[in-house]
Amino acid sequence: MLSLHHYLILSGILFSIGAMGVLIRRNAIVIFMCVELMLNAVNLTFIAFSRYLGNIDGQIFVFFVMTVAAAEAAVGLALMIAFYKNRESIDVEDINLMKL
Amino acid sequence: MELALPQLNFMTIMPEIVLSVVAMALLLVNVLVKSEEKAYLGYLSLAGLVGALFTVPWGEKISGFGEMVIQDNFSSFFTVIFILCAVMTILISDGYFKKEGCNHGELYPLILFATVGMMFMAKATDLMTVFLGLEVLSVALYVLAGFNRDNIKSNEAGLKYFLLGCFSTGFLLYGMALIYGATGTTKIVRIAAMASGNGAVANNMMFLVGMLLMATGFSFKIAAAPFHMWTPDVYEGAPTPITAFMSAGPKAAGFAAFLRVFIIALPTLTVQWSDLLWILAVLTMTTGNIIALSQDNIKRMLAYSSIAHAGYALVGFTAHNASGVSGILFYLLSYTFMNIGAFAIIVIIGKKGEANNNVQDYAGLGVKRPVLALCLSIFLFSLAGIPPTAGFIGKFYLFAGAVQEGYIWLAIIGVLNSAASVYYYLRVMVFMYMKNPEEDFSWVKLTPAVMLCILIAVAGVLIPGIIPNSVLNLAAISLPLP
Repeated sequence: MLSLHHYLILSGILFSIGAMGVLIRRNAIVIFMCVELMLNAVNLTFIAFSRYLGNIDGQIFVFFVMTVAAAEAAVGLALMIAFYKNRESIDVEDINLMKL
Repeated sequence: MELALPQLNFMTIMPEIVLSVVAMALLLVNVLVKSEEKAYLGYLSLAGLVGALFTVPWGEKISGFGEMVIQDNFSSFFTVIFILCAVMTILISDGYFKKEGCNHGELYPLILFATVGMMFMAKATDLMTVFLGLEVLSVALYVLAGFNRDNIKSNEAGLKYFLLGCFSTGFLLYGMALIYGATGTTKIVRIAAMASGNGAVANNMMFLVGMLLMATGFSFKIAAAPFHMWTPDVYEGAPTPITAFMSAGPKAAGFAAFLRVFIIALPTLTVQWSDLLWILAVLTMTTGNIIALSQDNIKRMLAYSSIAHAGYALVGFTAHNASGVSGILFYLLSYTFMNIGAFAIIVIIGKKGEANNNVQDYAGLGVKRPVLALCLSIFLFSLAGIPPTAGFIGKFYLFAGAVQEGYIWLAIIGVLNSAASVYYYLRVMVFMYMKNPEEDFSWVKLTPAVMLCILIAVAGVLIPGIIPNSVLNLAAISLPLP
């Protein structure tokens, strides 16, 4: 039988994979996918708690997170296109005009 | 079965409704306005902002939408800060974006939407509303940071802000999820009730980790070290009026949500989070000030100075007593005036493409344009915290709050930092007054809008600096108490 802990551990692992991906990967789109993975790990946590506590708030929260993630994707991809037009690359190593 | 309709109380979000409607109407009007006449959209949005200002109530405490939002003095105080911030940004925007050749009308609705997001953050009494307000603000800001889409630096700023902003949102959300799991609610008042009534909740590891993750997320938003890495690049790359907006408004909004959530929802963890904030405050002040010392680009220098200022505000937050918190409110208000004022002058001194934003380019400004140089000096004095400016009074109350709570060392570190910061502010003045002019500043064009912005800023810095009582009293009755 799957318990709450299994879901929490799974979402913790997913969140960590996402966070590590953001730090390690160099392609802006892959980084963005990793961020989405983090957000979905959070969604899983919310759903698991919501089911466990018998409280609907967590599921409502998930709807908002998904909506916001969609809006963020629209804006983020537009920003990447604008960057690509000027630099012909979306590698974060090329986001380097400004330095200490 | 009877359906219980919750009490909505649309009055609680009247300023937000006004601004959203105006912003959406402007998006439609934008299609009909010719490119060189986009300034009219600016006037309309100013009218909308002033209209929204008149719907901000004072002295009432009403909760609306099933405890999702609350209208109290705290939120009204911050709403006024946000409206002022948006007004001053719009006043300096038109000339700048015409000069840069990206005079797109979407600018004004985006600023208004960002303002709406900030207002929701200040009003939120539910983690859901905090999150939504934050995202309405952030999504608008990502676009604004990358607004000059033909300029590679602006592209970079937008993309960087976007990636790191989303990343930090992930941490904030995970914190919210864990707190929801530990307490079974997202309403901040009930979180506090659950935690204080039930030792198992208060001692739950999940609750503590949730607090830490939320603190991380908020620290990103207010640009506290060590989560400040995005700030200098984004502030340098973004169009200057937007930098002005970002450094004042969203920082205040971040503090508003941070204060309300931590003071009201997490009083059981006060010991832990005030220790954490102590460390954050020291790191933030010191990093910001030390790196600012070696900056030549004035936008980048003000970015590091804005990190340091977040640190000063965190000193008041660490103390979180009446003096400290009203100090934060006062400080964020006066910071809006002094910082946007300084950026207004950077906007008009700047040439196309932001070519001359270095400190050296200000050589001789005091001879060629004495009034502008005087105004910039007033703002820099206020940022450095020298009397009789508002910056001094604000810092005084922040550090006084820390001393009252026994954080003597924190106050000492703050004062030392403040002394170090005088160096890089005075350096600009040395260039303005003591170097020979290399250029005649003939391109500097003072439009009435920019003059109005600078006037508001000078008044906002000097009047509370000389007679601080009225503003301080307002701040003192606006504390976020449960």
